[in-house]
Amino acid sequence: MASAPAVPVSSATLPLAIEALVRRFGALTAVAGVSLEVRAGECLGLLGPNGAGKSTVIRAIVGRVIPDSGRITVFGAAADSTQARAALGWVPQELAVYPRLTCKENLVAFGSYHGLSGKQLAESVAWCLEWAALQDRAGDLAGKLSGGMKRRLNMAAGIIQHPRVVLMDEPTVGVDPQSRNRIFEMIEALRATGTAIVYTTHYMEEAERLCDRVAIIDHGRIIALGTNEELVRNAFASRSQVLARFAGPVGRIAAWVESHGGRMVDATAEFTIERSIEIAALLDSAASGGLELEDVSLRRPNLESVFLHLTGRELRE
Amino acid sequence: MILPIIRTAIVSLRRDRAALALSFILPISFFSIFAAIFGGQRDATPKIHVILVDEDQSTASQQLVHALQRETSLVVMTQPATKDKTTVPDYTAVTAEAAVKVGDAPVALIVPKGFGQNPISFGPTHTVSGIQLLNDSSDIIAPQMVMGLLQKAAMTSMPVAMAEQGMKYTDRYIGGLTPEQRKTMESNLDALRELQKTGGLNTTTSSGNSSGDGIISVHERAVVGEYKKSPMVSFYAAAIGVMFLLFTASGSAGVLLDEADSGTLDRVLSSHITMTTLLAGKLTYSTLLAFTQLTVMFLWAWAVFHVDLFSHIPGFIIMGLSTAVAVAAFGMLLASMCQTRAQLGAVSTLLILIMSSVGGSMFPRYFMPPAMQKAGLFTINAWAIDGFTKVFWRDLPITALWPQVSVLLAVGIVLFLVARRIARRWEFA
Repeated sequence: MASAPAVPVSSATLPLAIEALVRRFGALTAVAGVSLEVRAGECLGLLGPNGAGKSTVIRAIVGRVIPDSGRITVFGAAADSTQARAALGWVPQELAVYPRLTCKENLVAFGSYHGLSGKQLAESVAWCLEWAALQDRAGDLAGKLSGGMKRRLNMAAGIIQHPRVVLMDEPTVGVDPQSRNRIFEMIEALRATGTAIVYTTHYMEEAERLCDRVAIIDHGRIIALGTNEELVRNAFASRSQVLARFAGPVGRIAAWVESHGGRMVDATAEFTIERSIEIAALLDSAASGGLELEDVSLRRPNLESVFLHLTGRELRE
Repeated sequence: MILPIIRTAIVSLRRDRAALALSFILPISFFSIFAAIFGGQRDATPKIHVILVDEDQSTASQQLVHALQRETSLVVMTQPATKDKTTVPDYTAVTAEAAVKVGDAPVALIVPKGFGQNPISFGPTHTVSGIQLLNDSSDIIAPQMVMGLLQKAAMTSMPVAMAEQGMKYTDRYIGGLTPEQRKTMESNLDALRELQKTGGLNTTTSSGNSSGDGIISVHERAVVGEYKKSPMVSFYAAAIGVMFLLFTASGSAGVLLDEADSGTLDRVLSSHITMTTLLAGKLTYSTLLAFTQLTVMFLWAWAVFHVDLFSHIPGFIIMGLSTAVAVAAFGMLLASMCQTRAQLGAVSTLLILIMSSVGGSMFPRYFMPPAMQKAGLFTINAWAIDGFTKVFWRDLPITALWPQVSVLLAVGIVLFLVARRIARRWEFA
């Protein structure tokens, strides 16, 4: 995935800028000083586990959460200004459509709420139906659609006014792999139009496929920011990961893995090595320890590995 | 095995405040309301307001008036009530009839000139000047009560007149009395007059004939609704209509809670739509829905029960829209106060049934004790029903609707503003 061009931009041309955003809910600090910039045509991923603060950041951008401190600007205008609202599109995590309206009626309603009318509205509705591959279901009630179709309609309703910055809050939650691929294609098509996208997810594969840059967020803080390659390189340099599965008593396997600097993840032993030649030494040691090897593989670290490395936890924990 | 099931159910009920309220508070509230209305507490028995015009001003008529004024179940009005202490002229036959027509009292009694000469109606002559009883036929109880009490008062308050009248009939139809008999009779009558003057006769406790064919002649005339076919149908069209309007309005406002739950509300508020615009739009929709519902109800009443809708279109539109605004704002306030649909369902059921029973949607307010009638004025139902009654029953001009229209619109505006204030909780987290 190519990274966004590093050209100087002024705040007025920067699609989205967040500075030191803080939001507390009682004793809980949901967002603890987040600063981010999103460039034109860029897809920025917000990757983090549930409860990390991703949705709160998104809701603060669209004005649904009032920050305790910090500043958010959209093309240089304050996020709560009319100008910013016109430039922002939001695809919430919930299926925020009217179930008793048809797909087309939903798009007409949300388009009208954004001030569209007449030919402009009709063209926009037609474009969105095509973008979401829902032309054939335009007259179907939203409540009767499949989960994947509802998700696509939810996304279409978020971009009905052709915003220049789109915020997508976990748009693939609860959809099957086929629908997920369809959604990925929609997002890639949107990116091709030059729209800046902020994409929150706790699926590493989605961030790797769709995002130019990824901000890893945990406990309300950005703990790493960069392209996929930059994040992996910064966390692991040239190291690789060895994944091995052994037969035998679980307790004995876990004790041996720990004694050799590895860790167990879903019954698989994980080790980080500098050079591939270290695999042989590990396997010899396992055989000496009476462990029967079932399977072994070498893997380059990914974003999941980076998150684990930085937080000591898995993304899905 | 049954015990754990019971325990689970009890714990669930204890944590479901809405179900608890419906299970215990609603029946107790209803019981209290019905007990207060029909429970027979003597001090809460509704008194009947009756307008009294004494055109005769004779001894007999004054005795009758005093006797009626002593009746504890009547509130006798000889002049219009005023809030300041300025003197107002007594009712006349004309103003009394007008007062019954506008609903100031359900009954008026006119004691005509010449009543004192022949107050008693027994005997074969028809020369007596009968009392006129003017009534509003929407109240089927008050005229009968007043008729009975009138006969009782006549019987107990005018013994001298009765004796004199009896002597006249004896004299005329049985061949007359001898001078000796006449002298004795006059002497006894003098003693009776003296006793009555000094209060020696108990004129308040004896029971009397409550029949309309009593000892005094009464001509009853309905001055309101005399040509209407179904006296109570228009009343119930409004009364039941308003109650169900309240249910519909709270249901339609509840969509706000669904939208808040689904995230649709957040999405709408992230567009160009503000919370004020959104609520105003929903209020307008609920108002039109309620008005349509009322229209359908009255069209049904016209088609099936012959309510004269088409002669009252301006009044119906004015009252219908005012009522619709008030109930729509009421529903919006409830929805903005509640956290969930279930809570809204319970709270709205509780409030609407109580409002409907106190406000006259279940039975007319004139059945109720005075305190409850006043309490009814705190409900939308009472004002709406009063307004529709003015239109369909009393045939009053639309200018007479200003108190009801003002109150309903004011209620609508105030409730909407309060709902808007409470809805701030949805605006920002």
